[in-house]
Amino acid sequence: MPEKKTSLRGVFVNGILNENPTFRLVLGVCPTLAATTSATNGLGMGLAATFVLVGSNAVISMLRNLIPDKVRIPAFIVVISTFVTIVQMLIQAFVPALYDALGLFIPLIVVNCIILARAEAFAAKNPVIPSAVDGLGMGLGFTAALLLIGSIREILGSGTIFGNAVFGPSFEPMLLVIMAPGGFIVFGLVLGIINAIVNRASARKGAKA
Amino acid sequence: MNLRLSTGPHYLHRESTQTLMLDVIIALVPTTAAGIYLFGSKAAWVLAVAVASAVICEYIFQKLAKRPVRIMDLSAVVTGLILGLNLPAEAPLWLPAVGSAFAIIIVKELFGGIGHNFLNPALLARGVLLASWPARMSVYFMPTRVLGITSAVPAGPDAVSSATALLRPQGYEVYDLLMGNIPGTIGEVCKIAILIGFLYMLFVGTIKWHIPVIFVGTVALMTWLLGGDPLKAVLSGGLLFGAVFMATDYVTNPMLTIGQIIFAVGCGILVTVIRMTKAYPEGVTYAILLMNIATPLIDKMTSRRVYGTVKKHA
Repeated sequence: MPEKKTSLRGVFVNGILNENPTFRLVLGVCPTLAATTSATNGLGMGLAATFVLVGSNAVISMLRNLIPDKVRIPAFIVVISTFVTIVQMLIQAFVPALYDALGLFIPLIVVNCIILARAEAFAAKNPVIPSAVDGLGMGLGFTAALLLIGSIREILGSGTIFGNAVFGPSFEPMLLVIMAPGGFIVFGLVLGIINAIVNRASARKGAKA
Repeated sequence: MNLRLSTGPHYLHRESTQTLMLDVIIALVPTTAAGIYLFGSKAAWVLAVAVASAVICEYIFQKLAKRPVRIMDLSAVVTGLILGLNLPAEAPLWLPAVGSAFAIIIVKELFGGIGHNFLNPALLARGVLLASWPARMSVYFMPTRVLGITSAVPAGPDAVSSATALLRPQGYEVYDLLMGNIPGTIGEVCKIAILIGFLYMLFVGTIKWHIPVIFVGTVALMTWLLGGDPLKAVLSGGLLFGAVFMATDYVTNPMLTIGQIIFAVGCGILVTVIRMTKAYPEGVTYAILLMNIATPLIDKMTSRRVYGTVKKHA
């Protein structure tokens, strides 16, 4: 990406819409499937990843001229895992319920491919401010996607949203939706719908031009 | 002289998807009738909702997706009917509605419509219902009426829930197992009706005997080897219904006879293993689904060498 052509606003919106990591790049599918059994879990995972993305993008951007090219991946991982450790300790200290729900998936943010991809593709080539904004945009895009999938799964699979009942007591939730296969099915359906919308929009744009 | 050039096949036959599906529906008539007789009007409602939901969902989806509407090929009717027959008679009516919608929209149409689904739609829908509402799906009801002259006690107007016939330690009389005077889903209990449907489909050539016979035979043999009662293993639970009406689905089993034999043996082994390991009392659904998934591999393994090509060395 050329350095000065895109505005900060463009960089920010890009992560949420055009290059939404979950729905447009299909990165980070593992946390998307595993951490979306409820809206709260999805939101928590998304915000944790956002924190790490902003921090690691900023620091890697600062160090981009110091890190030798050959060892850049291990260097990135050290920076990323520092932030993951911080976020893990913060969640454990302040939101222990979320810590218990997400469990292993918090330390696994280290290997989340979105974070390494942004470090490699953006932060290593751009100044600090745009890198941090890129991390924020990507992180919020990821959060929005996880919140959407988590909400759908929680409404159908538990009959609640953020823990509050949506339907009357006669509603019998569809357990499958909050089990692993339900994660795949809901993710696939939402991805399909978004692709259909994007294709239709770009077809309309093509017809106008 | 006017010569017309066209590629094969040149042989025309009255057979179409519609006539094939009609034959399957005719074969399901005895089972449906027996189910409605045994379980009463509740069963009829479950079946009606399942069929209606399947047909309506197919119509709506094909309209929305701008595909040709093919509800007249009757395949959605068959899917809905088979799913309905797989449900307990006491199921609340939203259960067949949701199940059929899942079968048609997610399992069948999203994968490309008829002929493109890699799993049997009715069967996967049953699996989904079983995983989603286990309390609704794994309760079996004793029929409210009996068929034939028997010592079995009908449940009377109020259905009584019971474990599947597979779980009753003393078992049931063979006569009652055949007639359907046992607890179970609407379609699986009356074995005589299933056999009539099987013979009809064999007679008109809708299916070949290999899959059902080898499937059931494998279960009998495996059960006998493992020290069970082969006759009761065959006649209890959903084995016969699954082997005759669901394992024989054209789309989801191998193309060649040799592949179908492997498929049927695999189904039989899986059913017995799942039943014997006791995590689930009945394994027919999962056994057939697993072999559905293995079908492309079986096809690849058993594909014939095309004439004139050299055998590949792996």
